[in-house]
Amino acid sequence: MLLRLAPWILISVLVVPLAAGLLMVILPAFGYLPVLGGETFHFDAWQALWQRPGLYRSILLSYASGLITTLVALAIVALFLAASRGTWLDRGIRRLVSPLLAIPHAAVAFGLAFLIAPSGLFVRWVSPGLTGWERPPDALIVNDPLGLSLMAGLVLKEVPFLLLMCLAALPQLDPERRVTLARSLGYSANIAWLKSVFPVLYPLIRLPVYAVIAYATSVVDMAMILGPTLPPTLSVSILGWFNDPDLDHRYMASAGAVLQLGVTLAALLTWWLGEQCVKRVSQGWLINGARNTGSMAIAVGGRLLLTTTTLLAISAIGGLVIFSVAGFWRFPDALPGTFTLDHWQRILPSVTTPLLNTLSVGLAATLSAAVMVVATLENAVRHHLPVSRSQWLLYLPLIVPQVAFLFGLVVAAESINVRPQMALVIAAHLLFVAPYLYLSLSEAYRRLDPRWMQAAHSLGASPWRAFWQVRLPLLLAPLLTACAVSLAVSIGQYLPTLLLGGGRVPTITTEAVAMASGGNRRLIAVLALLQALLPFIGFSLALLIPRLAWAKRRQMRGVA
Amino acid sequence: MLKPCHTRRLASIAPLLALALPAVAAPDPSDWQSVLAQAEGQTVYWNAWGGEARTNAYIEWVAQQVDERYGIELVHVKLGDTSEAVSRVLAEKQAGNDDAGSVDMIWINGENFAAMKDNDLLFGPWAESLPNYPLTDPDNTPAVRYDWTIPVEGLESPWSSSQVVFYYDTALVEEPPDNMPELLDWAAQNPGEFTYPQVPNFLGNAFITQALLELSDNTEVFYAPMQEDEFDEATAPLWAYLDELHPHLWRSGRAFPSNSADLRSLMGDSEISIALSFSTTEASGAIANYELPDTVRSYVHDSGMIGNISFMAIPYNAEHKAGAMVVANYLMSPEAQAEKQDPEVWGSNTVLSMEQLSAEERALFDDIDLGIATLPPSELGKVLGQPHPSWVDALAEAWQTRYVN
Repeated sequence: MLLRLAPWILISVLVVPLAAGLLMVILPAFGYLPVLGGETFHFDAWQALWQRPGLYRSILLSYASGLITTLVALAIVALFLAASRGTWLDRGIRRLVSPLLAIPHAAVAFGLAFLIAPSGLFVRWVSPGLTGWERPPDALIVNDPLGLSLMAGLVLKEVPFLLLMCLAALPQLDPERRVTLARSLGYSANIAWLKSVFPVLYPLIRLPVYAVIAYATSVVDMAMILGPTLPPTLSVSILGWFNDPDLDHRYMASAGAVLQLGVTLAALLTWWLGEQCVKRVSQGWLINGARNTGSMAIAVGGRLLLTTTTLLAISAIGGLVIFSVAGFWRFPDALPGTFTLDHWQRILPSVTTPLLNTLSVGLAATLSAAVMVVATLENAVRHHLPVSRSQWLLYLPLIVPQVAFLFGLVVAAESINVRPQMALVIAAHLLFVAPYLYLSLSEAYRRLDPRWMQAAHSLGASPWRAFWQVRLPLLLAPLLTACAVSLAVSIGQYLPTLLLGGGRVPTITTEAVAMASGGNRRLIAVLALLQALLPFIGFSLALLIPRLAWAKRRQMRGVA
Repeated sequence: MLKPCHTRRLASIAPLLALALPAVAAPDPSDWQSVLAQAEGQTVYWNAWGGEARTNAYIEWVAQQVDERYGIELVHVKLGDTSEAVSRVLAEKQAGNDDAGSVDMIWINGENFAAMKDNDLLFGPWAESLPNYPLTDPDNTPAVRYDWTIPVEGLESPWSSSQVVFYYDTALVEEPPDNMPELLDWAAQNPGEFTYPQVPNFLGNAFITQALLELSDNTEVFYAPMQEDEFDEATAPLWAYLDELHPHLWRSGRAFPSNSADLRSLMGDSEISIALSFSTTEASGAIANYELPDTVRSYVHDSGMIGNISFMAIPYNAEHKAGAMVVANYLMSPEAQAEKQDPEVWGSNTVLSMEQLSAEERALFDDIDLGIATLPPSELGKVLGQPHPSWVDALAEAWQTRYVN
């Protein structure tokens, strides 16, 4: 039956292109690239790579920023959830966070850079009044050698993602009951949450956490804007070598891509070791019986940290909005001297096709991913399959850095005579969309109380009728959220769109990146805002549709 | 001369060869009518850097023109970096796609051209047979036949000429420096107010090349392929200069802007007060775009500034070669060149020789208003040629070894 094949179809759609792409990068890394005359295998590329100035620093930067970013983002989310009591304030903060998911990484990076730069919005607001500065101070904040501003930018983007993942997983754990029980034993609410809910929550969000580590170690666009420059992070260096006019650099770039994969795996392994340590070390803390220690700090810190990241992200976007209508803006003026709609008028006439392409590719990739993922999950649930080890294969596209296999994938596609076209772009997006969809949906799907389906069957419903009339409606909210996440992922893709579309499928993101290379902040701001618009609509619909659908069924709104 | 028996054998395999070739033979630009006929109805994918709204708008204008005149649909494939198109062609060649390539025409020059030529990724020669090519007066303008000293050999058609200029804010700088040593003195007195893009960005490369040419007594050596044993001695003055300059740069030389756009933003934010550009009209354009204050002006160094020409090239496997040639030829027409030079449109200098034009055509250029921050051609001074790419590559490599750690 087709349903039984679903998991294998999904895995092959993801793994085959990935493997083909990786192979086409591994061969040149060891000297084999006949088109440039490389016909024998050797280690020259690796020697050249190790001799690159600043290589060790690049590696260290990628490795450390991946781990630190994830740790900080996870801590912020956990502390907030521990402190959060479902008051109007907490709900308000939560609501502010989810639209942040919609904003593309590059846009957040541009916005943040403009906030914290020495000539940025913060300094402008206090200058020259408080500081006496008529010229921006000569301080290295953005592009700092330690990568702190890069990590800050990544945290701003990863916090909303992890929070959403936690909120999706939490309802299955019945956190209120656990907290109530612990409180009846005299624990303060915050400590009760950390000790009784977090340890069972973490296994459910482990894969998203790994995805964050992989992403943060290999990110390109944010690192180009916020990251160090002397040397840049490993992924940025690799992209530079792939783009080097001297084609012999391809060998070294390929070796670098393989190295990047190693760095990402090393970061994941480190995290895994850390998990094992924490598991042992925290045993004592979990059962030491301390009921209030640190409760106050959590209550204040949890809310403060999340609010700060949220406000930072929102101000960054605010900065973009101001820039999109700014005339000339001399330092240290707090606002531009003149406002104009020129920038919007210049961009809008040319974005219809890119917007339509973005939407078609995004919807096609999301819908096909949704069908495949739901079929796979339904198959697993119906046949009571345990979470198999093979599901790790689904996450490979998230863990293998894009720069490591996309260049190879282009060659692979050309070799079997598949020319650049929209279908190929959709297939490439599927590589990234499907894992995120699986990631966002699988827990909710598996944990849905099986008694709903049993009740349906006992009333005489066929498996498919039960699926359409009971399971899907019950899972409407998580399914729509997962689709919105996927749509946002698809919209943000740059390299896959450019490389597999041969540049012939312009999307709002390829337009934005091409424009970013010209550095006109005002036009970049316009495109970044347009880029954020579609995912924003997606998330709004994901929130709105269940509310409208269940407008008359109060209890349904609380499900998952 | 072929011996008869060979000719006979050739004749017998000729039909086979014809089968192996693509359905339409490569167009021959000396038979322009047939090129025009082939081009009609083609869709030409022009891969060109898309980072500047005015350039994009100009390309859109060209698309309308060639559609009306020749029935060609021109699609601008917007690149973040020209090498993306080179990668594409390389991947296609690697995969054996030799006749249906997705790149029909590339805006290119310098190192990317050298790389494509070296690796046989280009179609041609075709450029010198274009009807408009003589308007560039190639016999008296060596710049159109040598791209960074690499012989063009008809593999690309000239499009745009550009020259490095400095620009400064008259509200912050009284008297701009006239040469590299003066720039160093000025930077020492005004620490943190000058910088240049990070090598190997092309403008960063241009700055260190300019410094090298200005600081060297004998510059001839830089116009031939670099020999390993001459590098250290020839470049010693440059490194001495940069070692001294860097501590006075923006952020004390601990970070560099990544490209000319970043540099311009620093200028717009008053972080620095002198910057440079590879376009003589950049400052005027940026003032019109609200990116720079209207007190910015351009200037050049006494001994001349580096300049070069950018070109159109057709990859060896382009699917629509005839269409690409017709577009390349139109781009060289007086009308298209004058439109391009108008700062209101784009402000990129022409490659045509005014002497080759009719009085009517010349008038198109004379009527252009250059903008407040642009130097008139008479004040641009001497154009220094680009050294051989091997020098630029070696300089970039050495710069990184020295300053990246």
